[in-house]
Amino acid sequence: MSLERVDVIIVGAGPAGVAAGLPLAQSGLEVVILERGGYPGSKNVMGGILYRQPTEALVPGFWREAPLERAIIEQRYVVLTEDSAIGLSYRTQAFAQEPYNAFSVMRAEWDRWFAQQAEAAGAFIATGMTVEDLVWRDGAIAGVKAGEAGDELYADVVVLADGANSLLAQKAGLHREWHPSEQALVAKELIRLSEEVINERFNVPPGLGVAMEVFGQSTAGLLGYGFIYTNRETLSIGTGALLSDLIESGLNVSDMLDQFKRHPAIAPLLEGGELVEYSAHLIPEGGWHAMPTLFTDGAVVVGDAAGFVNPISREGSNFAMISGKLAAEAIIEAKQSGDFSAASLSRYQELLEESFILQDLYTIRNVTPFVHQRPYLLRDVPAALAAALRDYLTVDGTPKTVKYGKIARRLQAAFPPGRTLRDLLSGARMLR
Amino acid sequence: MVTVDDTIKDRAGLERKLAITSYNVDPSRAHIRIIDPDVCLQCERQQCINCCPAACYAPQPDGRVLFSYEGCVECGTCRIVCYEFHNIEWTYPRGGFGVQYRYG
Repeated sequence: MSLERVDVIIVGAGPAGVAAGLPLAQSGLEVVILERGGYPGSKNVMGGILYRQPTEALVPGFWREAPLERAIIEQRYVVLTEDSAIGLSYRTQAFAQEPYNAFSVMRAEWDRWFAQQAEAAGAFIATGMTVEDLVWRDGAIAGVKAGEAGDELYADVVVLADGANSLLAQKAGLHREWHPSEQALVAKELIRLSEEVINERFNVPPGLGVAMEVFGQSTAGLLGYGFIYTNRETLSIGTGALLSDLIESGLNVSDMLDQFKRHPAIAPLLEGGELVEYSAHLIPEGGWHAMPTLFTDGAVVVGDAAGFVNPISREGSNFAMISGKLAAEAIIEAKQSGDFSAASLSRYQELLEESFILQDLYTIRNVTPFVHQRPYLLRDVPAALAAALRDYLTVDGTPKTVKYGKIARRLQAAFPPGRTLRDLLSGARMLR
Repeated sequence: MVTVDDTIKDRAGLERKLAITSYNVDPSRAHIRIIDPDVCLQCERQQCINCCPAACYAPQPDGRVLFSYEGCVECGTCRIVCYEFHNIEWTYPRGGFGVQYRYG
């Protein structure tokens, strides 16, 4: 293979880059994926939930051979106040059998395996290669400058899959620097217990697991949520907040995570555990309003680099993989016409608009600002609910009419006067 | 071995966490740099210090901020939170260097 010129250069061997590289290589194009880490996944972090459907669109039946931890059969939503927890959970056998719905994974293992699938299809993956800059010819992106010697490599199209902290989208002129309100920082720990202990603590049989999203005190009351996911013999636990809220509150995510771990409803799940890894990563949560331009002459942006994340429904790796796949479709079409201009690559944007990606990002475009402007939703409302439940459950000889009146007053006090109905209405309208 | 208790018992928790993170430190190049240390004197909050998840920024007695790149996890937080002064020059480490997550 000549390394000076290929059909497509992909920067980053994460889910988006590999999902673009796999179908491109399968279609017979010469593809080079440049990865700055020593191996694919060595720089990558996520909470740990991988969805089956988008993955299967790229590797049919992947769960039979890929490195997966547990199939998720139960989802728990928990709200923590200082000393209490309120929860809602859903568990189904439907998620316990093929083809499953979602899995917990370790990114270092998963990304490496996924990259091997692209390699097997004919993509060339060069690790330990940091792309320093883009190469321009006649106003179009024509390649990259990579590695210590600053070697130039040319291609018809460069796919920018360089992640949440994409410097290349900025260099390409497709994006400005992020504002602190557009990125969340999450700290995560991997805690080893044993397979049996996890099975018992989470009430699951071997191979099956639980995902928990935890609101309220898990983030010290800041907008966002903490999580706990069961792996085979470890737990993934993490929490975070928007950078703007970290600046404002003066809080540090590692301290926030420790506070979450100390909570009386959480600590027993972790007791006796050993820390095996600490990590931290940005999540591009700016959504619709913060999205870069997605294509230009000779380049497209995919995955986290494009801000394709739905923080409300905990989706990101699926957006990454499907956007990579759609970019590949657009590039294959462009190759047939031999036209790699912005006009030709705008097909990528069309495909995104037809898919859930841009539709979902548009639907949720105002949710984060909505909740952010109403801090009582994550602070006062859970506290009032917890207090109301404590009143209700405490048997103390108080006549029920007195008790119900107290509960009603507590709940009323949690909502600023006159706001409740309006908030409910505008909240409902927002998601139509 | 670092237990869960070790990480939450006092403020040294983060140091213990970072002690087990694996790095391949580039001995010859710091990939991040405070451009002008004097500019930090005008910054009231110095939010790089509390926002960094790897405690790479430390306040100095003279009011400036000291940055050490060795424990950096390459997240990009410091560059984005320095939005008032744009006083951080931020690049990725050379290929193969820096943090190496074994699990992610």
